[in-house]
Amino acid sequence: MRRERGCKVRLLKAIVRPDKVDAVKDALAAEGIAGMTVTEVRGHGKQKGHTAIYRGQEYQVTLLPKMEIEVVVQDHLAESACAAIITAARTGEIGDGRVFVMPVERTYSIRTGGVEE
Amino acid sequence: MNGADTAWMLISTALVLLMTPALAFFYGGLVRSKNALNTMMMSFISLGFIGVLWPMLGYSLAFAPANDFLGGLQWVFLNNVGLDPNPPATIPHYLYMCYQGTFAIITAALISGAIVERMRFSAYVLFISLWSIIVYCPIAHWVWGGGWLAKMGALDFAGGTVVHVNAGVAALVTAFVVGRRRDFKSAALVPHNVPFTLLGAGLLWFGWFGFNAGSAVAANGSAALAFTTTMLAPAGTLVVWTMLDAARQQKATAVGAATAIVVGLVAVTPAAGFIGPMSAIALGAMAAIPSYLGLIWRARTNLDDSLDVVAAHGLGGTVGALLTGVFAQKSLNGVADGLLFGNPGQFVTQVIAVGAAIIYSGALTFVLLKVVALVFPLRASEADEQVGIDLVAHGEEAYVHASGTGV
Repeated sequence: MRRERGCKVRLLKAIVRPDKVDAVKDALAAEGIAGMTVTEVRGHGKQKGHTAIYRGQEYQVTLLPKMEIEVVVQDHLAESACAAIITAARTGEIGDGRVFVMPVERTYSIRTGGVEE
Repeated sequence: MNGADTAWMLISTALVLLMTPALAFFYGGLVRSKNALNTMMMSFISLGFIGVLWPMLGYSLAFAPANDFLGGLQWVFLNNVGLDPNPPATIPHYLYMCYQGTFAIITAALISGAIVERMRFSAYVLFISLWSIIVYCPIAHWVWGGGWLAKMGALDFAGGTVVHVNAGVAALVTAFVVGRRRDFKSAALVPHNVPFTLLGAGLLWFGWFGFNAGSAVAANGSAALAFTTTMLAPAGTLVVWTMLDAARQQKATAVGAATAIVVGLVAVTPAAGFIGPMSAIALGAMAAIPSYLGLIWRARTNLDDSLDVVAAHGLGGTVGALLTGVFAQKSLNGVADGLLFGNPGQFVTQVIAVGAAIIYSGALTFVLLKVVALVFPLRASEADEQVGIDLVAHGEEAYVHASGTGV
């Protein structure tokens, strides 16, 4: 725990509904947070998927499309960033997703090769 | 020689040739992405191998006058075939040969839908090459080359029996002999690109105007009648199919719509120039039901006719051929009446023609596959099936992501 408390930078990994990416992006921008990586992912939590039908054959689609948004923020911005993501991405239904907060040990800039603070 | 007829047949030939790439899209969309190229190549390769075999041997065996069962050899390598018409046709003989060649090409390619995602490509190419000569050519001769079915008065305007019943039965036997995919029923074998399938169905319909209206071999009323029925029958099928979909599963599926269009086109093929417009709608509507039920039934069996060639082409073609014997109208076609117009004998003739095609195609397809299996293994290995046939047979992938990297 001590090591984590000393960490200055956090990685937020948010799994959200695909149609909530724009809202999350705008909310983070309003918090003054720049830079993110967005990835198409598939998965499921409590949400159990839906049924697809091809030529009368039913298939259970259990892994649903979601978007993963990764943001690296200064420690003191982490709580407000999480709150912004949650407010922007919430519908109140099952399948809204998760936000994970992780410590970042070090960040290099590839362009300069330097360690970023 | 007639200029108008020649112009229309030049266009028709190009239209029918386009149907084979269209079939590639129709089939290609229905498989998983790791087998998309292989599935499409199974159609495209027919343009090459059957395209070469046809003028060298196939055309003569199908169309050169000889006996009731097989054409002669006098037109091999297009000897004695030239630019002068071969009466009663009023178009250059070369053009008629090309037109018929496009039919031979697509008929062989149709079979591929039964064995996608697991048949070895080399075995497939050898098989369709032999099949075209040994199965397609004789049946084409029986019906269109002045053979025994033609003499008996069997009606097959554009190939319901020669093309669709024939390919459908061959598909059934091929699916049975090659066997099912190793992950059949254990994995979700779902279409990877439904828009491709819709695109294919649309292009098939477009090309089918050449297939059916071109089968008049003239720019005349018969061509216009075939054109009309080719427009109306699939419309009838599409309406009924959509209602069946909606009634059964509360969803009007896109794959269902694409399938319905093909089933309607298949069913109207033998009847195209023989029946009236309202009969075409009725024929298309009636054809939806057996194929729809056939698809659902097949999925419950262990027969992995992967893309349902039997239900779409075999059943659709059979229903179309039989209904031709019901709806044919001499006042329109100048040839024969069907059951509804006071000639029940025509229906019996149609049954005999379909039965003959089923027996001959079924038996010879089985023998040919056994012969091919002596030369090449029919099946891809388990590892190849897992990786996908695209990489194994073609060394390519349909979709490479992120700026072409990822290799």
